[in-house]
Amino acid sequence: MAPPAQSKRSASPSQPSGKSEVSDLKSQLRQLAGSRAPGVDDSKRELFKKVISYMTIGIDVSSLFGEMVMCSAASDIVLKKMCYLYVGNYAKGNPDLALLTINFLQRDCKDEDPTIRGLALRSLCSLRVANLVEYLVGPLGSGLKDNNSYVRMVAVIGVLKLYHISGSTCVDADFPVMLKSLMLNDPDTQVVANCLSALQEIWSSEASTSEEASREREALLSKSVVYYFLNRIKEFSEWAQCLVMELVAKYVPSDNNEIFDIMNLLEDRLHHANGAVVLAAIKVFLQLTLSMTDVHQQVYERIKAPLLTLVSSGSPEQSYAVLSHLHLLVTRAPYIFSADYKHFYCQYNEPSYVKKLKLDMLTAVANESNTYEIVTELCEYAANVDIPIARESIRAVGKIALQQYDVNAIVDRLLQFLEMEKDYVTAEALVLVKNLLRKYPQWSHDCIAVVGNISSKNVQEPKAKAALIWMLGEYSQDMHDAPYILENLIENWDEEHSAEVRLHLLTAVMKCFFKRAPETQKALGAALASGLADFHQDVHDRALFYYRLLQYNLSVAEQVVNPPKQAVSVFADTQSSEIKDRIFDEFNSLSVVYQKPSYMFTDKEHRGPFEFSDELGNLSIGTESADTVVPAQIVEANDKDLLLSTDEKEEGRDPSSNGSAYNAPSYDGTASQTQIELAISSPSVPGHALPSSLAIDDLLGLGLQLGAATTPSPPQLKLNQKAVLDPGSFQQKWRQLPISLSQEYSISPQGVAALTSPPALLQHMQGQSIHCIASGGQPPNLKFFFFAQKAEESSTFLVECIINTSSAKAQIKIKSDDQITSQAFSTLFQSALSTFGFP
Amino acid sequence: MISQFFVLSQRGDNIVFRDYRGEIQKGSAEIFFRKVKFWKEDGEGDAPPVFNVDGVSYFHVKVAGLLFVATTRVNVSPSLVLELLQRIARVIKDYLGVLNEDSLRKNFVLVYELLDEVIDFGYVQRTSTEVLKSYVFNEPIVVDAARLPPPGPGSIFMQGTKRMPGTAITKSVVANEPGGRKREEIFVDVIEKISITFSSSGYILTCEIDGTIQMKSYLTGNPEIRLALNEDLGIGRGGSSSHGAVILDDCNFHESVHLDSFDVNRTLALVPPDGEFPVMNYRMTQVFKPPFRITALIEEAGSLKAEVIIKLHSAFSSSITANTVLIQMPLPSFTTRISFDLEPGAVGNTTDFNQANKRLEWGLKKIVGGSEHTLRAKLTFSQESHGNIVKEAGPVSMTFTIPMYNASGLQVKYLQIAKKSKTYNPYRWVRYVTQANSYVARL
Repeated sequence: MAPPAQSKRSASPSQPSGKSEVSDLKSQLRQLAGSRAPGVDDSKRELFKKVISYMTIGIDVSSLFGEMVMCSAASDIVLKKMCYLYVGNYAKGNPDLALLTINFLQRDCKDEDPTIRGLALRSLCSLRVANLVEYLVGPLGSGLKDNNSYVRMVAVIGVLKLYHISGSTCVDADFPVMLKSLMLNDPDTQVVANCLSALQEIWSSEASTSEEASREREALLSKSVVYYFLNRIKEFSEWAQCLVMELVAKYVPSDNNEIFDIMNLLEDRLHHANGAVVLAAIKVFLQLTLSMTDVHQQVYERIKAPLLTLVSSGSPEQSYAVLSHLHLLVTRAPYIFSADYKHFYCQYNEPSYVKKLKLDMLTAVANESNTYEIVTELCEYAANVDIPIARESIRAVGKIALQQYDVNAIVDRLLQFLEMEKDYVTAEALVLVKNLLRKYPQWSHDCIAVVGNISSKNVQEPKAKAALIWMLGEYSQDMHDAPYILENLIENWDEEHSAEVRLHLLTAVMKCFFKRAPETQKALGAALASGLADFHQDVHDRALFYYRLLQYNLSVAEQVVNPPKQAVSVFADTQSSEIKDRIFDEFNSLSVVYQKPSYMFTDKEHRGPFEFSDELGNLSIGTESADTVVPAQIVEANDKDLLLSTDEKEEGRDPSSNGSAYNAPSYDGTASQTQIELAISSPSVPGHALPSSLAIDDLLGLGLQLGAATTPSPPQLKLNQKAVLDPGSFQQKWRQLPISLSQEYSISPQGVAALTSPPALLQHMQGQSIHCIASGGQPPNLKFFFFAQKAEESSTFLVECIINTSSAKAQIKIKSDDQITSQAFSTLFQSALSTFGFP
Repeated sequence: MISQFFVLSQRGDNIVFRDYRGEIQKGSAEIFFRKVKFWKEDGEGDAPPVFNVDGVSYFHVKVAGLLFVATTRVNVSPSLVLELLQRIARVIKDYLGVLNEDSLRKNFVLVYELLDEVIDFGYVQRTSTEVLKSYVFNEPIVVDAARLPPPGPGSIFMQGTKRMPGTAITKSVVANEPGGRKREEIFVDVIEKISITFSSSGYILTCEIDGTIQMKSYLTGNPEIRLALNEDLGIGRGGSSSHGAVILDDCNFHESVHLDSFDVNRTLALVPPDGEFPVMNYRMTQVFKPPFRITALIEEAGSLKAEVIIKLHSAFSSSITANTVLIQMPLPSFTTRISFDLEPGAVGNTTDFNQANKRLEWGLKKIVGGSEHTLRAKLTFSQESHGNIVKEAGPVSMTFTIPMYNASGLQVKYLQIAKKSKTYNPYRWVRYVTQANSYVARL
């Protein structure tokens, strides 16, 4: 056989070429069509292959339709299959010609050989011509009842094809009902699996207009159907198992026994060599245990090893898909993976998409015990020949620095980067040092000394240049050369292409002016003049604004441009917790790889069976209408009162209390030094516990000693050790009572560590006569509801406690029918919480 | 559920193209190929296996220099599609014996037949070579293995010991032998890939073995097979650790494997389907003896000069030979020239300075166990090095293949085939091979 003609390979579909070849083929096919000579089938095969090879490379061979159909009247099955392929490709564009094929396809649908019957039926349904659907109903009906499973398998998918050509024809012929009965009765599991796929598609799309269809769709999640599938799961092919488990993940069992039964049944799926099966099983495990915090944790522990094995056993592509999911789990529960950080080290020959994920995971799992090793490893990559990865590694070091208590060692590393004298390393490091200083102004001395040595000529990247200029302005009182460097930069104003840099330059020279006016005055004048003449609107506007501000009143200008600043406590997360929760709900789908919920990258009609969002009314977002609430989700909806989803927690957070808890001393000029010294010295003065110094000490990693030192002595409030309250009355009281106290505490690192097992906290609190009534959430966000009663009286305290293990904060809301003692109770609660994790 | 499937050559030509659902506009193959091509040229490294352009998700895997691609508009499981693409490639390989552009072009009609049976309207139907046999009618046109380009990593058994029939791994599962009758044989390959990182002082920072027991069966009648592994094999950290026992961190199995007696005597029972498949994948981070020790040194030797010394010691038995050894080391970007100095009497060594990547490359055709090799290289620089020269170079990385050697100690103790008759005595091949995955020594 001749391979596809070499000359045709480059032919583009928009410019069909090879017209002469096509007409050549046409005449040859004509000759053979009527011939009965021996060996004619072989010649036909050769010609057909040529036609198909043209078709593949995009040459239009639809003009051969008639000849192809004539030639395939033979009984040779290989010829038939090629003809079917050809017909399927061109029928849609040539509906009239397609009619020609109906006859022989219908005849083949009644052939003795089940393979031919199946093939013909498949091709018949693949014509995709709307006015031919009437010819499909009959063969499909008999196909569904065929005694051969291959034909039934084809027929089921045929029904789905028919539905896409003409939904009404399909529904009117009662095909969905037939599929349902086949699904529940057919001995062949591939037929059953196809029925499930087809029905999910049909009913999901019908559900918007038909009550019945939406009921049917819900019925797929009923106990009887789900159990039917689960009981046969081992008979299904690995691909169909994924389909079944996707269904099971949406099922909500009525009690915990059911959950454990299902998990035990699917346990061995975790050892499957096919990653898709393992991930589908994991999704079931994660979804089923959402409301059982401790079991949910165990699931994380259990799935760790299988996931790591999949990551290292497949091709890079397969391991990327698994790694994306591992990445999601790691960012949700970093402390569970913190001992496994070595698995996330990059190998030199891995593709960069894998390395990037791994760097992100290393950042997530970094904690006090492993930071040193992780940062050491990252520093190795920073010298890497792979420049994009080297940059990412430096950024990772920076991120770790911003999230850690103990930054001393990291700051040294970052400063070493600045001394490496590689342009891109310097650039990345400058940006990081800037961010670091915004969070930890106390490091300015060390950093400025090094930054001052960097020649601005060696910094070209706009982001890095802007960072350098920001530091020059912010710390101009400490950097001897600052006004002169700025002056130099302003002289070259016209050569500076980045508007961002010019904007920063204006602000920096203003700040510098307020600190060292005589030296800067000339430069400021030049900058404002250049700025006013700048063609960039923003730069021009800012220059004009500064100019007028200076004219109006110098001290007001200083307040505007250089006000005392608060250190940034936490840099905003790029993704809201709501989005993260949605991605988690769409586990084992593209959402995880893209790190976006599905509504951001699919059209509504293509969302597919994996989407949860529409069904979870409480998670609906802007454009989405929360239309259907599947009964399966009702349990969750009922729980909502007690176990709010994380997004609602976010909303409930009081912004002002947030600000004050993170309060840190301002660092305007001279004042900063003294205040910082004061804050640092505070641990040596036990009992001297201002909220602001508390925050600072925490940032310095001294929270440990301080936590113990500042524990307030328990006040004289006696609680009833055997208090009882049923969930119903708790909920009622919670609704009725106003919040009497709302506070945020820091939790000691020991406390956070001990929270890997939330039940331990419950036990600990119970020891203090504070009882838990409900708990939930997933790390890092845990949520608890406690109650306590006074020993002598009947007054009750209700507490909502939200703990974020990654920021080590607890937000507490107290409600009580005895407002007066709430404060005393709050102190007691805090002291109980602060001793958690200490033996 | 997928919408389209296609295979592109390295140059971006369509070799096969199948549209299952007709919901994606024309030109998707061009869009895909352009994206992949420019991803690299934009300095972002390789394109990720999954990406989205205008609402269409493109999945791809690279096999034998070809791009296997699927598209969809639906939010599917990425693992499922990528596993599927890999599986399709394997089924095609089972059929054609050899998977490359040439064999695919010669057999594209057969491939279309396979694709029609594997996927219908975007849904996976059946992917077992065994089951597909009865629905696929084209005979494969087998590409002559002798005309093949130099063997890639897939053909690791072709060189080395003569006991292995070299062409076996490239034999079609369905095509008949020239002699007419098929040879009854079964191959069990224990393939291990080593990842290891040595610190500058030669201390092992991280190590891992990723292993696969791969099976390829040409047995008729699907007899049951029992595969016994080390009896004291431990799995998981809780496993009993008698001295010298092999402790795997974790493993997974092909679905045909019955594990009933695995917990008792570490025996796997299975009825192998036709074609190639992994019986078991395993992962081990237990400390093991690395087959090679590398020490590398870079020192300044006057202005604009430096010397590199790389020492390589093979720590395995002298009856074993490693082949296709390649050692690479990135050098400072301002390196202009290198003069190499090999040991006297060194045979089969190649040395090269890759100017574009500023990389030193040292190739050794063969390394016998228990030997030591040294390379000295004198570098000339175009400018003074400012900082620490050690930070400008390295790390040293190494690739190799060692047939008949495995680092983990996992062994197939016996391979038992249920006998159909007394005269039935198929050929059994149990082969071991160890390769470097990421074998790195830092400076």
